[in-house]
Amino acid sequence: MAELLQFIFSGLTVGAVYALVALGFTLIYNASDIVNFAQGEFVMLGGMTTVFLGLAGVPLPIAALIAVIATVAVGVALHRLAIEPARGAGPVVLIMITIGASIFLRGVAQIVFDKSFHSLPPLFGTDPIRVGGAAILPQSLIVLAGAVVIVVLLWVFIDRTLFGKAVIATATNRLAARLVGIDTRRIGDFSFAVSAAIGAVAGILVTPIAPTSYEVGTLLALKGFAAAMLGGMGNAVGAVVGGVLLGLLEAFAAGYLSSQYKDAVAFLIILAVLFAMPQGLFGRAKVDRV
Amino acid sequence: MRAFQRFIVTVVGVGLLALANAGQQASAQIKIGAVLSVTGPASFLGDPEKKTLEMYVEDINATGGVNGQKLQLIVYDDGGKANEALTFAKRLVEEDKIVAMVGGSTTGSTLAMIPVFEEAQIPFISLAGAIQIIQPVRKWVFKTPHTDTMACEKIFVDLKRRNLTTIAIIAGADAFGKSMRDQCVAVAPKAGITIAHEETYGASDTDMTPQLTNIKGKAGVQAVVNTGFGQGPAIVTRNYRQLDIKLPFYQSHGVASKQFISLAGPAAEGVRLPAAALLVADKLPADDKQKLIVEYYKKTYEQRSGGQPVSTFGGHAYDGLMILVEAAKRAGSWDKAKVRDEIEKTKDFVGTGGIVNMSPTDHLGLDLTAFRMLEIKNGDWTLVP
Repeated sequence: MAELLQFIFSGLTVGAVYALVALGFTLIYNASDIVNFAQGEFVMLGGMTTVFLGLAGVPLPIAALIAVIATVAVGVALHRLAIEPARGAGPVVLIMITIGASIFLRGVAQIVFDKSFHSLPPLFGTDPIRVGGAAILPQSLIVLAGAVVIVVLLWVFIDRTLFGKAVIATATNRLAARLVGIDTRRIGDFSFAVSAAIGAVAGILVTPIAPTSYEVGTLLALKGFAAAMLGGMGNAVGAVVGGVLLGLLEAFAAGYLSSQYKDAVAFLIILAVLFAMPQGLFGRAKVDRV
Repeated sequence: MRAFQRFIVTVVGVGLLALANAGQQASAQIKIGAVLSVTGPASFLGDPEKKTLEMYVEDINATGGVNGQKLQLIVYDDGGKANEALTFAKRLVEEDKIVAMVGGSTTGSTLAMIPVFEEAQIPFISLAGAIQIIQPVRKWVFKTPHTDTMACEKIFVDLKRRNLTTIAIIAGADAFGKSMRDQCVAVAPKAGITIAHEETYGASDTDMTPQLTNIKGKAGVQAVVNTGFGQGPAIVTRNYRQLDIKLPFYQSHGVASKQFISLAGPAAEGVRLPAAALLVADKLPADDKQKLIVEYYKKTYEQRSGGQPVSTFGGHAYDGLMILVEAAKRAGSWDKAKVRDEIEKTKDFVGTGGIVNMSPTDHLGLDLTAFRMLEIKNGDWTLVP
């Protein structure tokens, strides 16, 4: 019983990270139909900038704030300088642009920061909370809470504000949205900015658990993407459920089957789910109107 | 008139330059080749290696070179790719016409380059880890870094001293972690160690508590060994304390850096690991044979690399270059075959990696004394007596 509980704790810890990354994918996808593979680099930038500002003597809360702002600036720059000029191109080209951007950001980070791993002190210490023979770090709970707060904020924003409706309208039909007076470029800027902010916050919250380096973004983006697909691309609740589910799958596979095949097992299950429900767990089937 | 004057000046200038060039060539520099992974995923190896070689070649030339001839170092960067290393090896042999080779940062690039230097009959001192480089023994191939096998043996010796014989291994799924795990499994029976349980984790996983929970629940396990590299072992160490496992915990030489202590934090207390003397230069007793050399290298490197902390990898490059230079001095010439024979006869060479005693059957020449068993106490290394 203690084992099961420990596996669940492990799954929640890892899953919360995936969920935060998956959330970042959601908004840009909603606003522009692009899967932004530089999302992992937003996470990296958030963590690394905070670490290096901290090393330079800036108090951590201020360092974290600057890191979020810097990452948002990078996100908007990415949209203005790389995505917007190529607007006419198909989604595949745009996705390739984001992959290029992610390689570029990694290269720059390698030079501006360094190639080593770095960590941040956890918010509430390193003493684990013990429950029924299992242990979880306070920081894991913070990451989970962070995911929940971001989901609620996103949901309120998309479903309850006019600006949010404009985001959805832009995603559904760009031309029509512009015809009714929506500034679609500003919507694009905005979605990249918010996604970058979500990524940066994820990076800052996660770094005390898993050390960060210039190249952590690649794998996080991959796992986050898998989580977003599992939950249904473009659905905020789906992203969180997908992330936590992926984390739990990995933990159970490592604990009960074999740690050697845990990634394979997790991805096999994702494949199986997508076979049965191609839109993901929470995704809505797209209807083409004639 | 002006134009003519300028023309004369130019011609004379060019002529002088050509003369100066010819003069340099007349003293016939000795060309030493190096193919290192200066950029790419193995840059943590190649970067300090390149800096070290450049530093010491400069020093050697400043004091008159070797056998009256100055050295010229030719470095190529393979970016961690074995096929590029092979191309550069061929270029070093055919175009640059080197007389000896130091380097090959990774096992992959070294193994790719071996046939080239064996065929061209050029002494080749590799800086890569795997035992396959020198086993079976190849006539022209040597290496300076310790092997994974030695790290396992060192850990097992320490376990036996503490009367612990049944262990669990948790291995990283990276090349380093896998290779060392294989070597540990291979030498365990001979050392009288039983491996009761094995777990693995992905190189970039962020939580290893499920694997450690299984180890914790396994009856009879007396100690845990983690073979791995990079951030993984730091997370394993944190999770180990999180689950409150009381068994003695061993890490590998792959994490023997201050970075590991700072990443793992207080969880690193009490962790033991084998490491080269270079890491504990200031803590070695005054009568230690290696003390002088490791302190000297550490000081030189940290001063001239612009404050970069010393690493064992640069130390391997120092050892390789010095073994070569001393062999050439003993040979009295830079004849390739004579230099090779003298490298093989290297005896009591005190390097940063240990005391080297080579022989026709041992092209590494290190024994277990090359590793020191360390324990982390109060956020710093201490020597286990």
